[in-house]
Amino acid sequence: MDISLSHVEYRYQANTPFESLAIQDVSIDIPAGTYMAIIGHTGSGKSTVLQHLNALLQPTEGTVLIGSHEIKAKQKNKNLKNIRQKVGIVFQFPEHQLFEETVEKDIIFGPMNFGVSETEAKKRARHALSQVGMQEEILNKSPFDLSGGQMRRVAIAGVLAMEPDVIVLDEPTAGLDPRGRKEIMDMFYALHKERKLSTILVTHSMEDAAKYADQIVIMQNGMVAKKGTPEEIFSSPKELIQMGLDVPEVVRFQLKMEERMGRKMSKIYLTIEQLTSAVTELIVSGERV
Amino acid sequence: MMEKMIFGRYVPADSVIHKLDPRSKLMIIFLFVCIIFLANNWETYVLIGIYTFFMLGMSRIPFRFLYGGLKPVIWLVLFTLVLQVFFTKQGNLLYELGPIKIYEEGVRQGIFISMRFFFLILMTSLLTLTTTPIAITDGLETLLNPVKKLHFPVHEMALMMSISLRFIPTLMQETDKIMKAQIARGVDFAGGPIKDRIKAVIPLLIPLFVSSFKRAEELAIAMEARGYRGGEGRTKYRQLSWKTADTIQLFLLAIITILLFLLRS
Repeated sequence: MDISLSHVEYRYQANTPFESLAIQDVSIDIPAGTYMAIIGHTGSGKSTVLQHLNALLQPTEGTVLIGSHEIKAKQKNKNLKNIRQKVGIVFQFPEHQLFEETVEKDIIFGPMNFGVSETEAKKRARHALSQVGMQEEILNKSPFDLSGGQMRRVAIAGVLAMEPDVIVLDEPTAGLDPRGRKEIMDMFYALHKERKLSTILVTHSMEDAAKYADQIVIMQNGMVAKKGTPEEIFSSPKELIQMGLDVPEVVRFQLKMEERMGRKMSKIYLTIEQLTSAVTELIVSGERV
Repeated sequence: MMEKMIFGRYVPADSVIHKLDPRSKLMIIFLFVCIIFLANNWETYVLIGIYTFFMLGMSRIPFRFLYGGLKPVIWLVLFTLVLQVFFTKQGNLLYELGPIKIYEEGVRQGIFISMRFFFLILMTSLLTLTTTPIAITDGLETLLNPVKKLHFPVHEMALMMSISLRFIPTLMQETDKIMKAQIARGVDFAGGPIKDRIKAVIPLLIPLFVSSFKRAEELAIAMEARGYRGGEGRTKYRQLSWKTADTIQLFLLAIITILLFLLRS
């Protein structure tokens, strides 16, 4: 399912003394099957953009197209439930949304709201639980007896069990330990690859964006500052640093090395593996010369 | 959804009312709540109305904002009006349609009571709109100081009040966040039959309770870690200062009170 935002503007608390412009003139295209990362500082409008992807917010100006459903400013919208099943959102600290008595009940809550039968929902719950790397034994436990990391996984399973076509992730790994982080990010990446699930990742982490995304959008002061493939974005690292954003460690390493050696490499490498082989090649060929 | 709420909300501005000492504002409100019951005829209600709108005007709170925020209350006021109009059976009969009889006294009482209600709401919102919650608590604590002698826990009460006021916005944000998360999971808070809508509140309330308890515990630990031991010997960072403007305001209200006594029937 394609999603596209055109010239979207959103004001919080419009027409009150507290009115504030959150995003302005945001145009982003997310074709089906894309893995897109949205990066920006706190307060840059990332989270506001995210909430438009599932019609949780209605733009105050502009249009959002989700599949064949058009959401326009100043217009009543109906049948939003349809959209919400297709676009699953994993909010920041999703464990805060758990409420049921057992893990199983919590996971099937989403699917059953969208009219899935109980037996089917339970089947999906088992599958989703194994996807997030958890054992079936916990199905009958109370979600509040789990550890923070386990709660996070259960909450994510609750969204996966809805079987959305698009999944939106708002810093899904905030506050997790490095191993948990990697496991969860790898799991989402695998899902994206296997099921051609469009994935939209809102993050602070340049590393994650460089590693997983096909498309990167950089938000600044409520506007799209830059968009393109990771290679394009990170090919001008100076510009990013000027924006006050970080560059992935790998890229930083490459820049420092180029500075010391006084020569430039042919392109920017985004993963440790790529850079290692490029450097090895450089050294080997250097010896030959 | 809750963006329009104006109760308990502070709107910063640079006005005479904003600059008043919270103690004088609290005293004014307290007195106002008492003297409004002195009004019992048109003259006195008009006087109170003029006073209320005069104070509102001085506060420089945008009228459009007040109107937007008070809209739900206006319905409540209208409801009281209707109740009074239909159920008071005194005075001359004005109108009759089948079993419905409307009496002169009913209309009069209805208008008076809803006006009283309306002015009370306006004045009390004025207090919270122009005074930061922390200033209100400080003011209350100082005003209630004499009661300490009776072993009434004034400081603890003030602390409780400021903590709960402090966490209203946090709780609202949290509500909004969890609501959105549950809407994304297919909960319908706005539509459907009443039974479903009541059920829909559970996925909202339970997470809210859980996080509130957690937050309370964290707050208590943080306070203890910083050596909080209650009000005994505690000095204040914000000092209250009584100015001429405060005296003038109280004086103005005194005049209104005298006028009310003279004008009431």
